Amino acid sequence: MSLRIVVCVKYVPDATGDRHFADDLTVDRDDVDGLLSELDEYAVEQALQIAEDADDAEITVLTVGPEDAKDALRKALSMGADKAIHVEDDDLHGSDVMGTSLVLAKAIERAGYDLVITGMASTDGTMGVLPAILAERLGVPQVTLLSEVKVEDGTVTGRRDGDSASEQLEASLPALVSVTDQSGEARYPSFKGIMAAKKKPVESWDLEELEIESDEVGLEGSWTAVDSATQRPARTAGTIVKDEGEGGKALAEFLAGQKFI
Amino acid sequence: MAEVLVYVDHADGAVRKPTLELLTLARRIGEPVAVALGAGAADTAAVLAEHGAVKVLTADAPEFTEYLVVPKVDALQAAYEAVSPAAVLVPSSAEGKEIAARLAVRIGSGIITDAVDLEAGDEGPVATQAAFAASFTTKSRVSKGTPVITVKPNSAPVEAAPAARAVEALAVTFGALATGTKVVSRTPRESTGRPELTEAAIVVSGGRGVNGAENFGIIEALADSLGAAVGASRAAVDAGWYPHSNQVGQTGKSVSPQLYIASGISGAIQHRAGMQTSKTIVAINKDAEAPIFDLVDYGVVGDLFSVVPQLTDEIKARKG
Ligand SMILES: Cc1cc2nc3c(=O)[nH]c(=O)nc-3n(C[C@H](O)[C@H](O)[C@H](O)COP(=O)(O)OP(=O)(O)OC[C@H]3O[C@@H](n4cnc5c(N)ncnc54)[C@H](O)[C@@H]3O)c2cc1C
Ligand SMILES: Nc1ncnc2c1ncn2[C@@H]1O[C@H](COP(=O)(O)O)[C@@H](O)[C@H]1O
Repeated sequence: MSLRIVVCVKYVPDATGDRHFADDLTVDRDDVDGLLSELDEYAVEQALQIAEDADDAEITVLTVGPEDAKDALRKALSMGADKAIHVEDDDLHGSDVMGTSLVLAKAIERAGYDLVITGMASTDGTMGVLPAILAERLGVPQVTLLSEVKVEDGTVTGRRDGDSASEQLEASLPALVSVTDQSGEARYPSFKGIMAAKKKPVESWDLEELEIESDEVGLEGSWTAVDSATQRPARTAGTIVKDEGEGGKALAEFLAGQKFI
Repeated sequence: MAEVLVYVDHADGAVRKPTLELLTLARRIGEPVAVALGAGAADTAAVLAEHGAVKVLTADAPEFTEYLVVPKVDALQAAYEAVSPAAVLVPSSAEGKEIAARLAVRIGSGIITDAVDLEAGDEGPVATQAAFAASFTTKSRVSKGTPVITVKPNSAPVEAAPAARAVEALAVTFGALATGTKVVSRTPRESTGRPELTEAAIVVSGGRGVNGAENFGIIEALADSLGAAVGASRAAVDAGWYPHSNQVGQTGKSVSPQLYIASGISGAIQHRAGMQTSKTIVAINKDAEAPIFDLVDYGVVGDLFSVVPQLTDEIKARKG
């Protein structure tokens, strides 16, 4: 039987662009170029490697996001995923992690899965909690923050490098895995991959299809409220000296003045 | 007064500093009730009471170490049901965030992660967060359910606030999912004797400019002269010069010390995301155009191989 892998990928504003908030205090997605979150490329890469090792596997990439989020799906397809699902609905604007995870969980269940793979965190929200929430909602084991992952005979194993220890983990499928940027460089799409991606199926689903009420998601349905967002004042320009043999001593003088020595 | 549940991060009964900081924040919104799990849980009571915990709920079971995350969520949920708190505060470690997030789903609440400050507000606690690599500061609230908030290290001072010491055993029943992910083996990280990166008052970091694992000794010597923790950029970690557990930045640790010293680090946005909120920032870089200089209070344009050892010697001389 085929191993069904669903990879959750997010379309995010480019971190090297001038990111800011829109008037309604949601992430502004219009003025900065978007792309497939770099941290989700690692998830796609691990899905591809797991699929290569399996006899028979199918990789579906899934995103919840605006029209342009299709770009993220195309990139994942050109890396080698088989098909894509785009959940798009005007009522989704401003959803927080509880809303987004609800939509992802319903979409994953509807798509059918043995293994869900996500990135470690999104590069815009950087919460890093969606994977645990998805596992809770789906009622499957969470095997998260892996720097190494393997799937064999219906079992997923992997290494989690935590704060105080490195742990070897094991769970039975179906399960949810998240991978870190230590899991191995993601491949670049080949020319052939880019051409093939154009013919791969991309389905679009909306809230009605997932039987989700519009007041359960979006800015109105959000479980958290952002009251203000202010740009951090630029740091006041510091003192910069050129080392002409005494730079270390000058720095020590500064540190002593600040009472660090 | 409303009670506030505080999840305790400890190692065999030794409470980590971020938990004591949480007690300071918890006292701004109510009376802290602490939840300590695993081996040594009861040993945490004395220090928690000294810092304001009116009660410590403890539980120990093999499940807490043999399975990942979920047994702890079951326990925190049991505490939540026993106490009916006004808010739940959890330290922002990787595991802390996962525990908090799953609890939030179960109790039908919103979650705020990585708060750097917390105040009481008319509509519940107001959390301050840093967004977009700390170029923005936001204030937000949980608007549905009981606020579940994770808080970063170094977000509040540790304050003495003696309370009567009360310890109670917490009854926990594990659900079907608790044993879903088995921890087959665990290799503890070796202690370096240096302060914990996220908790340290001073962090000394090295980047690609350090140019080799063997040269990291220069960075370590500076760190030791100041009693600091050692950090590294991803470029240094990817090159295999320093362990990933010391990486500072978006996909490493985020630090907010009193003093951050960057040597041979250019200051890419992903690195800044993890250190931009440091109080005083110092950089040593031979490229005067390096973006790190936009952040510094004091910068030295020069070769780290001469500046850093001279700095270390001068610090040692001044300290006598
Ligand atoms: C999704 C994603 C996540 C990332 N996460 C992180 C993260 O968590 N942390 C992180 O750090 N990076 C992260 N990065 C990488 C980041 O973009 C940069 O590539 C990285 O921070 C560069 O490290 P560096 O400053 O050490 O190296 P470089 O950018 O190469 O800079 C080296 C600096 O050293 C200086 N130098 C060289 N020799 C000397 C000398 N002898 N004396 C003095 N100065 C010298 C040079 O002038 C230069 O400025 C991430 C990237 C991505 C895409
Ligand atoms: N809108 C989304 N669509 C698809 N996947 C997402 C979305 N948001 C988050 N994810 C997944 O969840 C991971 C962690 O996200 P977060 O908790 O938001 O930092 C990401 O790396 C993605 O794999």
